[in-house]
Amino acid sequence: MRILIENGTVIDPQQSLDDIRNVYIDSNNIAAVLAPEDLSKAPFCRDEADYVYDARGQIICPGLVDMHVHLREPGQEYKETIETGCKSAAYGGFTDVCCMPNTKPVNDNPEITTYIIEKARSLGGTRVHPVAAISPGSSGKGLTEMGLILDAGACAFSDDGQPVSDSQLMRRAMEYARSFDALIISHCEDLRLAEGVMNEGIISTRMGLAGIPNAAETVMVMRDIALCELTGARLHIAHVSTAQSVDAIKHAKEKGLPVTAETAPHYFTLTDSAVLEYDTHAKMNPPLRTEIDREAIRNALAEGVIDVIATDHAPHSDLEKMVTFDQAANGIIGLETSLPLGLKLVHDNVLTLSQLIEKMSINPTKIVRIPEKRISSGYPADLTIIDLSKKHTISAKLFQSKSRNTPFDGWTCMGKVMQTIVNGRLCL
Amino acid sequence: MNHFHQKHILDMASLSEQEIDYIINTAKTLKDISERPIKKVPTLRGKSIVHFFHEPSTRTRTSFEIAAKRMSADTFSISASTSSMTKGETLLDTVNTLQAMNPDIIVMRHSESGAPHFVSRHLNASVINAGDGMHAHPTQCLLDLMTVHEALGKINGLKLSIIGDIFHSRVARSNIVGFTKMGATVTVTAPCTMIPHGIDKLGARVAKTLEEAVSDADVVMALRIQKERQSNFFFPTEREYASFYGLTYERLKSMNKNAFIMHPGPINRGVELSSDIADCPESLIMKQVTNGVAIRMALLYLLMGGTRNAHSN
Repeated sequence: MRILIENGTVIDPQQSLDDIRNVYIDSNNIAAVLAPEDLSKAPFCRDEADYVYDARGQIICPGLVDMHVHLREPGQEYKETIETGCKSAAYGGFTDVCCMPNTKPVNDNPEITTYIIEKARSLGGTRVHPVAAISPGSSGKGLTEMGLILDAGACAFSDDGQPVSDSQLMRRAMEYARSFDALIISHCEDLRLAEGVMNEGIISTRMGLAGIPNAAETVMVMRDIALCELTGARLHIAHVSTAQSVDAIKHAKEKGLPVTAETAPHYFTLTDSAVLEYDTHAKMNPPLRTEIDREAIRNALAEGVIDVIATDHAPHSDLEKMVTFDQAANGIIGLETSLPLGLKLVHDNVLTLSQLIEKMSINPTKIVRIPEKRISSGYPADLTIIDLSKKHTISAKLFQSKSRNTPFDGWTCMGKVMQTIVNGRLCL
Repeated sequence: MNHFHQKHILDMASLSEQEIDYIINTAKTLKDISERPIKKVPTLRGKSIVHFFHEPSTRTRTSFEIAAKRMSADTFSISASTSSMTKGETLLDTVNTLQAMNPDIIVMRHSESGAPHFVSRHLNASVINAGDGMHAHPTQCLLDLMTVHEALGKINGLKLSIIGDIFHSRVARSNIVGFTKMGATVTVTAPCTMIPHGIDKLGARVAKTLEEAVSDADVVMALRIQKERQSNFFFPTEREYASFYGLTYERLKSMNKNAFIMHPGPINRGVELSSDIADCPESLIMKQVTNGVAIRMALLYLLMGGTRNAHSN
């Protein structure tokens, strides 16, 4: 199929490109990226295109990548499936997602990794890159077959929400991963310190809820940075939520350690005051923190201490959320709200649009080492088209995701994903 | 002229290049004793050798027993499970008790690194280290050097690659020291969990992949992967180990047409080596065992000749 995207503003930070271009797509690849007046070099003329998209006033950027989602399949298909998750991702502008291993059974082997990749591939939309478990069953006892799992197509290893408590295992996992130059993603949380349901502070005290101190995260960030220094393995810190974690990561980066970090939109958007109505849609792990932390996260994004915005898309049904706060499951969905919330950072002058694209596409691509996305001829046509001026209201009931657990229902945002193109295929 | 003045054989680091040469040459002259119909010479008659094995061993212990008996020495065996150490006696007391009975040589294996060194400081007898913890296994290195020398005619300039659990291996440590001392280049490879810190400073190059380690090696030595290391997170499964670091004949041939294969034994067939490679024409594994007896005969002879006159009777 031949697609012509006309008169859009192409923003590709890798080429320092920010200009009006026509993008010509022929089957899977970008055939040419030309100034609109430059018709002589066009690989095909307007009439020969099967589909013409008028992107006047809109942004065309490299396809967005969300390196931290939960797709729930296999095992919890009532919350999300690979199909609904990928559809949700495409509507959020994502051409690629990395899914965490806490499925049922846990993705701790080459067979489940292959199943997930094949399933997503058969759907033909957003690509899925599985993150496999560090330990069998994420039990924290022993190592998974990382080499064989990488050969099956996994992009990283993490026990995510069942973080590795045993420091010796974490050391060996990082050493072993280094044999294959594999990435270890750490959900940093000391499980004993984190025996609470929300951030520990004035609000938890007032509400009578058990608190989780910042230190529950920070001690593990510091441990894993120390192990990174010991082993030389590539370490990525997931969903950073505290000011102290930011300091530790900044220090590690200044030392030249191979550490990268992500945060999620809710940590730079909300604080623990969102919990005030005992809203279970504001319950997640790590918990929403204070204004000091939120400010630190926003600064860390601006300074480049935090490399990536990832959603931690965690679908749950009413069974897990329409319960008391203590009983409710942790996590919110994020695929269809991530870009609008990210654009708020641009509107607030925290990030430039180009920086936002780096954090939502270029940087995660480099960290998980998936093929480069470049808006240039010969590269795969993985593009996201965004209308920055489109005002819209987030409506959970219109989500493609199977789940509705979001605290952002009813929020008004500026900027909307208009089209997502994966491998030359229109996904919306 | 006597080229040998060592009292103990504790590790490869304390032997000179000339001494190593001399041991190997002596072993070669003694090798034919084991091929005679009557495999015994009177050289060490009247000498007492104690085999003090504090850790399980089949081949090393048998090899030392046979070596001593072929030289007509009287041998005595003590193993940890049958010694009074099970009654709570300290190693020093056991050694002092042995010393009181005036043995000439104590061949010692111990699970703790440095145990033979400790013992040697408290004994008049010579001590031969038959393997201490993760530290050294000098007689294994000497028999490996002899085997490679026989197969390739030299050591200097050769490339030895050691594949496997370098971290826990006294064989690897002794071979790195011994082969580099004799002018060979030693490369090691394994999952990073099994490469000990600073091994490059000991003289070994670390290869990232099996292919890189094997492709230009003259000799490839595989080490046994110990299942019990799985529980301490050194590797996930034997299946995974075999698929990244295990050698099959086909895999070896695709990487390197001419390399010889060695293994200190015992082999885990199907893990570090497939059956077809363990028994292939390029395998020196059985020659290693045969040469082990000759090397140990040479050491017993030299230690007795070097510190006392073994030929006087």
